Amino acid sequence: MLKTLRQICRTGIITEPPPLGDDTLRVADALQSQILEVLGRALCIRAIDAGSCNGCELEIHALNNPLYNIEGLGIRFVASPRHADLLLITGPVAKNMEVALRRTYDATPDPKLVVAIGDCGCTGGIFGESYASCGRVSNVIPVDVAVRGCPPNPHQILSGILTAISRAVPGPASFRSSV
Amino acid sequence: MVLQRWFDQAAQQSKASGGGVIAGAPKALGLTVAHDEWRQAAEDMAANGGRLLSLWASRDGNGEDIVRAAFIADAGVLIPSLPLTAAEADYPGIEQWFPSASRMQRAVADLSGLRATDADTRPWLRHAAWPESFHPLIHAHIPPSRAVPVIDHYAFVPVEGDGVHEIPVGPVHAGIIEPGHFRFSVVGEKVLRLEERLGYVHKGIERRFTELPLLSGHRLAARVSGDSAVAFSWAYCQALEGMAAAHLPPRAIWLRALALELERLANHLGDLGAIGNDAGFAFGLAQFSRLKEQLLRATQEALGQRYLMDLVVPGGTRVDLPSTGAELLMESTQSIMAEVDTLHTIYDEHAGLRDRFVGAGVVTPALAAKLGLTGLAGRASGQAFDLRCDLPCEPYGDLAPQKAVRTEGDVAARVAVRFDEVTESTRLISRILRDLPADSHHAAISVPNEGARGVGMIEGWRGPVFLALEAGGSGMIRRCHPHDPSWQNWPVLEHAIIDNIVPDFPLINKSFNLSYSGHDL
Repeated sequence: MLKTLRQICRTGIITEPPPLGDDTLRVADALQSQILEVLGRALCIRAIDAGSCNGCELEIHALNNPLYNIEGLGIRFVASPRHADLLLITGPVAKNMEVALRRTYDATPDPKLVVAIGDCGCTGGIFGESYASCGRVSNVIPVDVAVRGCPPNPHQILSGILTAISRAVPGPASFRSSV
Repeated sequence: MVLQRWFDQAAQQSKASGGGVIAGAPKALGLTVAHDEWRQAAEDMAANGGRLLSLWASRDGNGEDIVRAAFIADAGVLIPSLPLTAAEADYPGIEQWFPSASRMQRAVADLSGLRATDADTRPWLRHAAWPESFHPLIHAHIPPSRAVPVIDHYAFVPVEGDGVHEIPVGPVHAGIIEPGHFRFSVVGEKVLRLEERLGYVHKGIERRFTELPLLSGHRLAARVSGDSAVAFSWAYCQALEGMAAAHLPPRAIWLRALALELERLANHLGDLGAIGNDAGFAFGLAQFSRLKEQLLRATQEALGQRYLMDLVVPGGTRVDLPSTGAELLMESTQSIMAEVDTLHTIYDEHAGLRDRFVGAGVVTPALAAKLGLTGLAGRASGQAFDLRCDLPCEPYGDLAPQKAVRTEGDVAARVAVRFDEVTESTRLISRILRDLPADSHHAAISVPNEGARGVGMIEGWRGPVFLALEAGGSGMIRRCHPHDPSWQNWPVLEHAIIDNIVPDFPLINKSFNLSYSGHDL
C-alpha cells in the first residue's frame, strides 16, 4: 500500500491542456445546438468499432490515460448507446456490422452527434467498398465530424470530439437547471 | 523420426510438383499430397508434437483449387498442398487431430466453397451479407445488393437443464473494444458453456489483397490487426523478399526487430494496465497507460509514427533511425523499465489482485497442448514455443532471446509472462540500439515472377503470425493469406471460462487479449 501511495505521489498530476476544436473537421452543418443547451460540456460517448483493424481503438484508449485525461474534461465513455450523446465510430463499416451499427444509432437518444474516426471511417480507407465492406461510416448513418489519420493520434481524436460539441458558445459551458 | 520422413519427402519432391523449399521464412518445405496422405500427415504431426499453424485454400493459375495447411515441428514448417479436381469440392477434415482446424475449414467453405468432411458445417465468416452460393475468393461478380440489411439466425448449441439460462453479449460491447458475440449458458453466476460467434469485422481483406500490386501489399498486411502491424507487415515482406531472392542490408533487418520489440513492449504495457483495471485496480491502468504513452511518444520522435503501421516496407524500412532517435529510445525504455520494476512489485504484493488473478481462467498444459493454444497465452500454459528462439529469422539468431514460460495457465501466469517479456524486450531493444549495423536501411527489390510462392513467419506480441503469398501476373498478388494466432486461441477461451463466474469473464478475456480483426479478416 505504501509503495502504491509513494508511486502516486511521485507521478503527480501530469495531465496536459486539451487541443482546441477545429472547424475544418466539420463535415455537416446540421449540428444540433440543443445538445449544448442541454448538456453544457458534460458529454457521454459510446465507441463503436464497425470494422476497424483495431489501430484506432488503441488511440481512443489513450484518451483515458492521465496525459489526455478525457474524464477531466467532463467527457466519458459509457457502456450503452442509450446513455450516449455522441457516437465515436471507427472502421470501414463491415457488412456484417451494418445492422448492429444502425440499431446502435437508433438506440441513441436524440439529439445525437456522430464522429467518424480514422481514414477508414472517413473514406473506407485501404479496405474501400466491397462485398464485405460498406466503406465510410456516412454511407450507413449521418456523420457530423470526420477525423482523418491511420490511426489519428489522441490529440486529433480529442480535437474532433471538441469540434463536434464546441459550436461557438459564448461564455463558460453550463448545465441547464431543469431539462 | 516419423515427422522427419515427411520433411525428407518434401525436400525431395520437385519444385514443379509443388515440393521443396518455400521462399521466405526459414525451414519451410512444400509437399503436394493425395487425399490419404493429407490425413496421414495431420495424424503424424499430431502424434509427434507438431502444431497446426494455419489452413487455407487457393486457386492456381490453371484454375485448380488447392487446400493448404502449415504445420510447425522441431524440424521446420511443412506445408502440404492437396489439389482438388473440379468434381471434388470436399476434402478430408483434420479437426479430430487439430481442433482449431474446425473454424479455419469453415472459413475456407465460406470464402472458397471447398468443404471439409468434418461435422460442423455452419458458416463462420459469412453472416447474412452475401448468399451461400457466392464465394468471394472464387467469384468475381458480387450479387446485387440487398434492399434491406438482414440478420441471420445462427444455430448456437443449446444447453438445457434446471435453472440454466443464456446471456447473449455483443456484437457491440460495453467498452472500447472490437465487436463479437458471446453466448453464455449459466447457472446462477457460474458459466457452464461459452460459445463465441465471430466474423463481424470481416471486411474482405483476402479478396482486397488480390487487387493490389505485390510491392504495396505490405500496407494492407499492416492493417490486418492494427496492434500487430509490424509483425504482419514484416511477415508479408519476408515472404515477398524471399520470392524476389532479395538480400537486405543488416541494418534494415535489425531496425525491423527493433520495431517488433517496441510493438511487443507497447502492447504488453497496455495489457498489464488493462488487466489490473479489470481486476478493480485503476491505479495499474493509470500507471501503465502513462508508461505506454511515454513509449509511443518516444517512438514517434525516433521513427515518425506512434504505431509503426508503415515502417516495414519491401526491401527494408521506410525511414532510418537517426542517432538522436536511438539515444531517445534507449533512455525512454530504460526509464520505463525502472518504473515497471516498481509496479511489478506492487502487482505481486497486492492481495486483492492476487485473489482475482490466481486460479482464474485456467488452461492446463495438457488442455493447451490438445487444443493448440499458442503464443503468449500458450507460454503461460507450458507451451514453450517462440519463433524467435525455435526457428529464428535474422537477426534473432544473434540476439538470442529468452523464452518466458509458466505452467499454471491462469490469469496470473499470463500476467507473469507479460512482465518477463517486457524485461526481455527491453534488453533486446538496448542490445539492438547498441549494436545496430551502420549500413543502409533499405535496398531495392525486384518483382517476383508469376507463380512464385513464399511464406512469412514472425513472432508477434500475441504469438506466431503466419502469412502465405502467391504472385500473379503483371506484378499483382494472386493470393495472400494472413493468419493471426487468435484463430488458435479463441476456441481455447471458451474452455478457460468454464466453471468461472460471469463477472470474471472480462478479466479472463483481457488476459488473452485476442484480435477480432486479425481473425475475421
